[in-house]
Amino acid sequence: MSETVLRAGAPVRPVALAEVEQPAVRLTHVSKWFDTAGRRQTVLDDISLTVGRGEFVCVLGASGCGKSTLLNLVAGLDRPSTGAIEVTGGRRPALMFQDHALFPWLTAGRNIELALRLRGVPRRERPEEARRLLELVRLKDAYGKRIHELSGGMRQRVALARALAQEGDVLLMDEPFAALDAITRDVLHEELTRIWSENKLSVVFVTHNVREAVRLGERVVLLSSRPGRIAREWTDSDLPEAALTARVTDALREEIRRHGRR
Amino acid sequence: MAAGETVATRKGVREVRDSADVEAGLDALDSAPVGPARTPLRQILRERVLPPVAAVVLVLLAWQAAYEAELKPDYLLPSPADVWRALSDQWYEGTLFSTVWTSMQRGALGFAAAVVIGTGLGLLLGAVRSLRVGIGPVLSGLQSLPSVAWVPAAVVWFGLTDATIYAVILLGAVPSIANGLLAGVDQVPPLYLRAGRVLGATGPARVRHVLLPAALPGYLAGLKQGWAFSWRSLMAAELIASSPELGLGLGQLLENARSYQDMALVLATIGEILVVGIAVDLLLFAPLERRVLRAGLAGVRG
Ligand SMILES: Nc1ncnc2c1ncn2[C@@H]1O[C@H](COP(=O)(O)OP(=O)(O)OP(=O)(O)O)[C@@H](O)[C@H]1O
Ligand SMILES: [Mg+2]
Repeated sequence: MSETVLRAGAPVRPVALAEVEQPAVRLTHVSKWFDTAGRRQTVLDDISLTVGRGEFVCVLGASGCGKSTLLNLVAGLDRPSTGAIEVTGGRRPALMFQDHALFPWLTAGRNIELALRLRGVPRRERPEEARRLLELVRLKDAYGKRIHELSGGMRQRVALARALAQEGDVLLMDEPFAALDAITRDVLHEELTRIWSENKLSVVFVTHNVREAVRLGERVVLLSSRPGRIAREWTDSDLPEAALTARVTDALREEIRRHGRR
Repeated sequence: MAAGETVATRKGVREVRDSADVEAGLDALDSAPVGPARTPLRQILRERVLPPVAAVVLVLLAWQAAYEAELKPDYLLPSPADVWRALSDQWYEGTLFSTVWTSMQRGALGFAAAVVIGTGLGLLLGAVRSLRVGIGPVLSGLQSLPSVAWVPAAVVWFGLTDATIYAVILLGAVPSIANGLLAGVDQVPPLYLRAGRVLGATGPARVRHVLLPAALPGYLAGLKQGWAFSWRSLMAAELIASSPELGLGLGQLLENARSYQDMALVLATIGEILVVGIAVDLLLFAPLERRVLRAGLAGVRG
C-alpha cells in the first residue's frame, strides 16, 4: 500500500519511464480563482497532477471542492489562473457531463454522427461508425431514438458513445453516473471498465462517491476543499476493495471535518 | 470482448457478471412504452375540424340573417352569395390566382430577405454584448411600431416602386425575427454550448449545429411573428402605395374595389387575405412547431 501525502509536483509513485516521458495529461502548479463581486475565491490551489497514458485516475472530493472546475480546465472550457496544462495526443479531450448533455433535437445516432462530423469523418462512413459505437455501449437499437425516449442509464451510455466518437486519447468524466440508481450504476461501471481496457483510454473520472472511485480507479486522488488541493492519493494496492474504501472514506471525512473545526 | 468473460481491473482479474443481460433487462424496464397510438381519423375530424367549420357556418348564418333583415342597404352589406359571386367572377376572369400570387410572391421574397437579415442581426447582437446593449432596445421599440407608419416615408424615399413595398416589409419583420432569435439564444442551456465546444464545434459549425437548433423554439416564434408582420406590412404598403405601374396585388385590389364602391369585392378580397395568412400558418408554421415540440425542446428538457 503506497499512501502518500503530496507535495506539489513531487513524484507520487515509481512510474514507468514511458509514462514519465509522455503522460496523457500533465497539470503543473495549476491554480484557479474566480473574482466575483470584488471577492477572490480560490477554487483550485497549486494542483500538479500527471495522468499516464492508458491510466484510469479517479479524482475524489466533497461537493463544491472544484472537481468540475478542474475538468473544465483540462477540457479547455476555461483557462487556469496560473500554471500550465498539457494534453498530449493532439485531439481535444472528450468530456462527459453529469447531465448527459446530448442534443435533444437529434436522435441518439445523430448525436454521435455530429461528433464524428466535427472530427472530420466523411459523411459516408458516419452512420456505420455511429452504429458501431452504439453497439460498443450495447445500445444498437437506440440509433433512431430521440433522447427523451431513453432512460437515464441509456442516455449516459449514448453520451459515452458520443464521447468515444471524438477519438481523443483522454476521456474526462464529471460524475457521469451520479444521477443513476445503484443497479444501473453498477452495470455501467462494468461497461466502462470493459471499454477502457479495450480502447486504451486515459481516463480522469471525477466523483464524490468513494466506493465508485476505489472500484474504478487505478489511482485515487483526494482533493481537499476550499481551496481544492491534492490532499492524498492511493495507487493500486493488494488491499481488498472494502478495506481501501474504508481508508479513503476516513481520509475524506477527515478532510471535511477540518472545515467544521475552522 | 463478450460479456461474461474476464477483464483485467485494478483488482487484478475479476469476473464480470453477465452484465449484458442485466443491462438488456434494465433497458427493457426503463424504456418508455411504444409511442402513443395514432389518433383515429374520426376523432381528429370531431375534435379538430368540426369546431372551426361550425364557427364559420355560424358566422355565415348570422351574416345572411343580417342581410335579410336589411340592417343596412345591400350596397353596404352584400349577402354571402354576392361575395361568393365576386370571387367566382375573379376566378373566371383569371385574376384571382394572379392577384393572390403577386402578393404571395412579394410576401415570400420580402419574408425571405427579412429572415436572412433578421437572423444575421440576431446572431450579431447575441454575440456582441455592446451592440446588444446599444441596439437591442431600439429593436424592441421598432417591434411595437406599426409598420404602416413607415409607408409614407418609404414612398417619399423610393417612390411608388417595389422597393417601397420591400422596405416596409423588412422594417416590419426584421425586428421580430431578430428579437425572436435573441430570445431563443438567451434560453439555450449553457450546458449545450459547452458540450458543443467539447465536441469541437466552433465558429459557423457552432452556430449551425448547436446555437440555432438549441434556440429554435424562440427563433421559430420570431419567424412566425415575422411572417405575420410581413404579410400585414405588405397589405398596408400595397393599399397605400397603389399605382398602375406596380403589379396588381391583394392590397391594390382592395383599394380599387373601395374606389368602385364594390363592397362584395372588398369583402371577397379581405377573405382572400385572411385565407392566405391562415394557410401559411397552418401549412408552414404549424408542422414546424409540432416538429420542434416533438424533439422535446419546448419546455421538456432531457
Ligand atoms: N464560473 C464561476 N464563477 C464563480 N465561481 C465559480 C465558478 N465556477 C465554479 N465556481 C465556484 O467554485 C467552487 C467549485 O465548483 P465546482 O463546480 O468545480 O465544484 P465540484 O467539486 O464540481 O462540486 P459538485 O460536487 O457539486 O459538482 C464552487 O464554490 C463554485 O461556487
Ligand atoms: Mg461538479
